[in-house]
Amino acid sequence: MPKLFTGAEIVFKCLEDQKVEHIFGYPGGAVLPIYDELKNHPSIKHILVRHEQGAGHAAEGYARSSGKPGVVLVTSGPGATNVVTALTDAYMDSVPLVCISGQVPTHLIGTDAFQECDTTGITRPCTKHNWLVKDINDLSKVMHEAFRVATTGRPGPVLIDIPKDVQFAKTKYKKPIKEKKLNGTSHNKFSQAQIDELVKLLSKAKKPVIYSGGGVINSGPKASQALREFVDLTGFPITSTLQGLGAYPGDDGQFLGMLGMHGTYEANNAMHDCDLLINIGARFDDRITGKIDEFSPNSKKVHIDIDPSSINKIIKVDLAIVGDVTSVISKINKTITKSKNGHSKSNKSNIAKWWEQIEKWREKNSLDFVNSDESIKPQHAVQRLYELTKNKDTYVTTEVGQHQMWAAQHYKFNKPNRWMTSGGLGTMGYGLPAAVGVQIAHPEKLVIDIAGEASVLMTMQEMSTAVQYNLPIKIFILNNQYMGMVRQWQELLHEKNYSESYSEALPDFMKMAEAYGCKGIKADNPSELDYKIQEMIDYNGPVIFDCHVDPNENCFPMIPSGKPHNQMILGPNDQEDNKIKGKGKALV
Amino acid sequence: MPKSKSAYSVPTKKEKPETYIFVVWVDNEAGVLARVVGLFSGRGYNIESLAVAEVDAIKNISRITIVTTGTPQVIDQIKLQLTKLVPVHKVAEFQREDKNVIFKEMALFKVVGKRNKIEKCLNACKRFNPIILDKTKTSAVIQITALRREIDKMNKKLKPFGLISTSRTGAVAMTRGAKIFN
Repeated sequence: MPKLFTGAEIVFKCLEDQKVEHIFGYPGGAVLPIYDELKNHPSIKHILVRHEQGAGHAAEGYARSSGKPGVVLVTSGPGATNVVTALTDAYMDSVPLVCISGQVPTHLIGTDAFQECDTTGITRPCTKHNWLVKDINDLSKVMHEAFRVATTGRPGPVLIDIPKDVQFAKTKYKKPIKEKKLNGTSHNKFSQAQIDELVKLLSKAKKPVIYSGGGVINSGPKASQALREFVDLTGFPITSTLQGLGAYPGDDGQFLGMLGMHGTYEANNAMHDCDLLINIGARFDDRITGKIDEFSPNSKKVHIDIDPSSINKIIKVDLAIVGDVTSVISKINKTITKSKNGHSKSNKSNIAKWWEQIEKWREKNSLDFVNSDESIKPQHAVQRLYELTKNKDTYVTTEVGQHQMWAAQHYKFNKPNRWMTSGGLGTMGYGLPAAVGVQIAHPEKLVIDIAGEASVLMTMQEMSTAVQYNLPIKIFILNNQYMGMVRQWQELLHEKNYSESYSEALPDFMKMAEAYGCKGIKADNPSELDYKIQEMIDYNGPVIFDCHVDPNENCFPMIPSGKPHNQMILGPNDQEDNKIKGKGKALV
Repeated sequence: MPKSKSAYSVPTKKEKPETYIFVVWVDNEAGVLARVVGLFSGRGYNIESLAVAEVDAIKNISRITIVTTGTPQVIDQIKLQLTKLVPVHKVAEFQREDKNVIFKEMALFKVVGKRNKIEKCLNACKRFNPIILDKTKTSAVIQITALRREIDKMNKKLKPFGLISTSRTGAVAMTRGAKIFN
């Protein structure tokens, strides 16, 4: 007779078979049998967080920086509800997570038992799929299926709810069914004819632009490699969404910088004026498109995406190619190289004028700001951080707000999986726990959370996790005492009525660092910034860096709401220009 | 145009929505209807009627028929989003005006009144295959099968003849001829 295993043992056998090395979690009544089993599985290390939301974001950071699914273990009721924000965040940004939650015993489900909630009901809209396992015989199948759903196609979070009696019940263990090697073909629904059509469009284009997104990162490092070849072959300009940063080198001449609401002048104008727009693994998010009716009005649009439901959702496209970015781009590159006429060369001369135009836009230097030697400008702080860390293989996470946009604008990423930020959901408090997860996946690397003082306070308790596991994460807080992005919108749209956006009673971050048992560094003068940043980098342990910056700085350039790409507000250096045109004034 | 005070763009002009019928084949498992219906409510799609029941006990398949309204772009989205759900096997959609598809609803009318009134009701329902399911001296339960708007009409028309209670199903659909949905 085959050996029988308890539900808790099966959970770990599945995790082992799925090659899971780390789980992020928090124990509680309904998952105790699983926690009891933890000691018997030395290959799996559990990271104890301080709040279940932190477990979720840490798992996201782990997944996004390593390409492996993040695993979360929480208890029933509040454990499950606390992780909902992280699941929704992962759903919006397509991050593979497998969340295991405990549930009250099956006979108590529906009776409002202690720490009971309808976990599968609550998480249904924020997961790719979820399961309530009521029968122990389904458990191993469901566990393996969960990993498959989370990691294939467009990745995303899944949840498995396991009642406590099922964790105790015994049955046989089933190994994962070895799937035939599909090489991702099941998600590739494109034909050579479509590729040929695209190549034809490429050769005809006079004003092309490539707009790449998080899909390139999700497709793996090979996709970034293929993208670089593609950009090199065509000579086209490329811009990237917030999530796509790093797929193409940020310091390369063909890179126009980020596009969208806080994107560069050249990227947004190129999007508006182009005659061929190639979207690779992005989803025409509303922060990108601005006013839909006037979005890139004169272009042929091509959309490459693994998720068919992303196509024509917001912007109608002329050519849709459904497939994995790596396969699609590799195929395009092959087709271009094969074509005898070597049109890629002739095409480069086709677009020379376009490049001239782009250079003119570039001269605006739209990321410029008025620096100061009295107060630290936040943009300057990010630039110095970049200069002092660019020679290391640095991983950057962020919270949400102005600091996030400044980080995206001024920190240049050269590799994929180095940039972890909450884009879709915009979760303040994401960056600190995400940094914990990134550091777990890459213990030897430099991991920095570029933070705002308001965001970081939302999940500050995870510093305790960082200290417990000796994770040398650096929390670089751009402290302007405001919820900066809220203040900026209030300034521009609500007649400077700064309703509730000022933090009256901020903690002393130096003392906070001391209380958590990590190092605190404070800077409030530009002259001391460099050596203090260096001190932070050199310190072998977690650091909270309290960088006092100019509280009134706004994040520019910016597309005001409901405006198309070519009507941006530029920074203070350019506002004189705007006045002359009378354009900027009308917009603000 | 008023200045937008939102961090979002203002809605742009909308096309006129039209009525479509979706037929969805799903695994007959706990929560599957909630997934389908939740997708509709979560994304702001409308459900005009809904019919669901198991159609294949061996393969454990249920068939859901949903009547909805939307612009062609929205209808496309609904289809693609439904297809993404894990327990969904197949999705078919067609316009209400499609001549190649039959769709029917059923209604039960309870009429209370003298015999002549009940006769009048039956007469009025003649076109819709009326069947008397229950009859007493003072009441009758009449079943009809018809289109949605026909049932709407009958529902109004029978009121003066003593209609006191109506119960109706959502639409179900089937293709004409030898072909099936695919």
